[in-house]
Amino acid sequence: MAAYVLRRLLWTVVLLAVVSFVTFVVFVQMPSADPALLRAGRNPTPEVVAAIREQFGLDQPWYVQYLKYLQQLVLHHDLGYSYQSNVSVGSEIVARLPVTLSLALGAVVIWLAVGIPIGIVSAVRRGRVSDRLLMVGALVGISAPAYWLGLVALYLLSKDIGVLPLFEGSGAYPTGGESLFTDPARVAPALVLPCLVLAASFAAIYARFVRASLSEVLAEDYIRTARAKGLRERTVVLKHGMRSTAVPVVTLLGLDLGILLGGAILVEIVFNVPGMGRLSYEAIQRADIPMIQGAVLLGGLVIILLNLVVDVVQALLDPRVRSAAT
Amino acid sequence: MTAVLEVRNLRVRLPTDDGVVTAVDGLSYRVDAGRTLGIVGESGSGKSISSLTLMGLSRFLPGAEVSGEVLLDGRDLLAAGDDELRRVRGAGIAMIFQDPLSALHPYFKVGAQLAEAVRAHRDVGRRAAEARAIELLDLVGVPEARRRASAYAHELSGGMRQRAMIAMALANEPRVLIADEPTTALDATVQAQILEELERLQRELGMAIVLITHDMGVVAQVAHEIAVMYAGRIVEHGPVDTILGEPQHPYTWGLLTSIPQLHLPRGGLLPSIPGRPPSLISPPSGCRFHPRCVHARPEHSAREPQLEALPDAPDHRVACLLDPDERRARWQSLRDAASGELAR
Repeated sequence: MAAYVLRRLLWTVVLLAVVSFVTFVVFVQMPSADPALLRAGRNPTPEVVAAIREQFGLDQPWYVQYLKYLQQLVLHHDLGYSYQSNVSVGSEIVARLPVTLSLALGAVVIWLAVGIPIGIVSAVRRGRVSDRLLMVGALVGISAPAYWLGLVALYLLSKDIGVLPLFEGSGAYPTGGESLFTDPARVAPALVLPCLVLAASFAAIYARFVRASLSEVLAEDYIRTARAKGLRERTVVLKHGMRSTAVPVVTLLGLDLGILLGGAILVEIVFNVPGMGRLSYEAIQRADIPMIQGAVLLGGLVIILLNLVVDVVQALLDPRVRSAAT
Repeated sequence: MTAVLEVRNLRVRLPTDDGVVTAVDGLSYRVDAGRTLGIVGESGSGKSISSLTLMGLSRFLPGAEVSGEVLLDGRDLLAAGDDELRRVRGAGIAMIFQDPLSALHPYFKVGAQLAEAVRAHRDVGRRAAEARAIELLDLVGVPEARRRASAYAHELSGGMRQRAMIAMALANEPRVLIADEPTTALDATVQAQILEELERLQRELGMAIVLITHDMGVVAQVAHEIAVMYAGRIVEHGPVDTILGEPQHPYTWGLLTSIPQLHLPRGGLLPSIPGRPPSLISPPSGCRFHPRCVHARPEHSAREPQLEALPDAPDHRVACLLDPDERRARWQSLRDAASGELAR
């Protein structure tokens, strides 16, 4: 197992190199904007723009730029500086990441806490009215796009602009770089709506997923055995049934945490949350290549590591995989 | 002697996409303590559904309609509440299944699954239950029971798995053990060992066994009585020697003559029963076996035979429209033909 993990970690380095290269080529060859022009301010003279180009090395061929970037990254562990604000990409990520983690953590807790119980109830009451109602609700949750749901939630529920301000204190996210880990009392209320919106479609997907896989498990012979032993139905479903359902759910969760980063972009923009998602969005708008690179590398790293964690957890959860691996 | 288990006029109807299937249609039998009833029939004859129904597991089949009575020591289980029935499962009636690999949970250790069965009916601590689990594995002849208890199902051989299933079923010393094709998934040698083990445990614990199988060879080895099921009904019922020696129903003849025999020459076609088991959505009229019966007469499609005792053998009951003497003569000639084959 240890050797396997080590091999995967080495592969991570290779994959990240590929990811950074592709990102670099895409944004240098097909820039979303001219970073030097944006930086130069209103009505710049051509000399100013040229000076900025030279300053950032934008006048050099793309492969020279890329090699210089790699050199900085590998030799000095330096992600570079923003073209627009001159702040260090590394420190900006350090400041923004906890905010996004707060959002993601809240969303994951909500979607599991809502999705799994709904899925269980639906699987057990399969085909009955309660199951149908829950699944229609889940379909609505899946179908509603996050940006639309976010605006509706703001309009209806938030304290500052909502017509039904249900969530006291929910509204503007504090601007001083606080996160759930440093100032929970101020951040938590502001995160309620963004987390709910981000969690909505995932909760719905998990409800349907748990329903489908638990229904399948409940038809297994070993569930019949558990019932034949005289176990309570609660034990049969929650222990024997959910133990098997846990394996695919954990797999899905690992993959979805990566997708969650994408979802966070929309939600952070709608709710004005100063996290990684908004940072990436703004960097792309301004062709701020060092910042884009930093965000993409971080995203890639997170997804690759999550995949590794999923594989390891899966082996720990399934004794058949475990004995095949050793 | 009162029967430990008595089934009276059991009917089970199940909804399917094509219509309602009457899987079990008026099943009645009784089993006494220390005795084994073999229920024999092809797939789709309703034997497995009837055994699930005995334990109330049919309550988990959506839309199943059950009527009749299932009396365990005189108490009707079909009328029992869900929780009362749960307490009977595993303690009053226990069950072992055909494929022990799929019947054991893949993610729990075998010992833990056994301990769980113990604790489902007894107020004992985890440690005591685990000790009992090892004791049970030892009882059913699993060597190195302590080590095997901490194995997962996929780490055991087929025979060991089925022994573990039996141990689980015996955890609370049930009055009745239902064994649904307990040896079908096993090698022939392991099959014999498991059957011997069941016989030994029956002698020691005095339980009644209902053995469900399609294999006449298996019932011949362990059953005291045989009930032959066809299309949801019993068509012939009697002591094992009678059924094997003087079978009266053409379907039973078919089952008996289609067993491969070592003393018969190789290469010859094994006799088989023509046709396939009928649909139980709209079963054939009259005698349900008539479309496949080579002895059927036209009027047999109009009259339903009743399961009736033979005049000279009250414990031998047959549901066939042919005359008993004619049946005897026909079986005689079938048997002579088979032994003639042997002489050649």
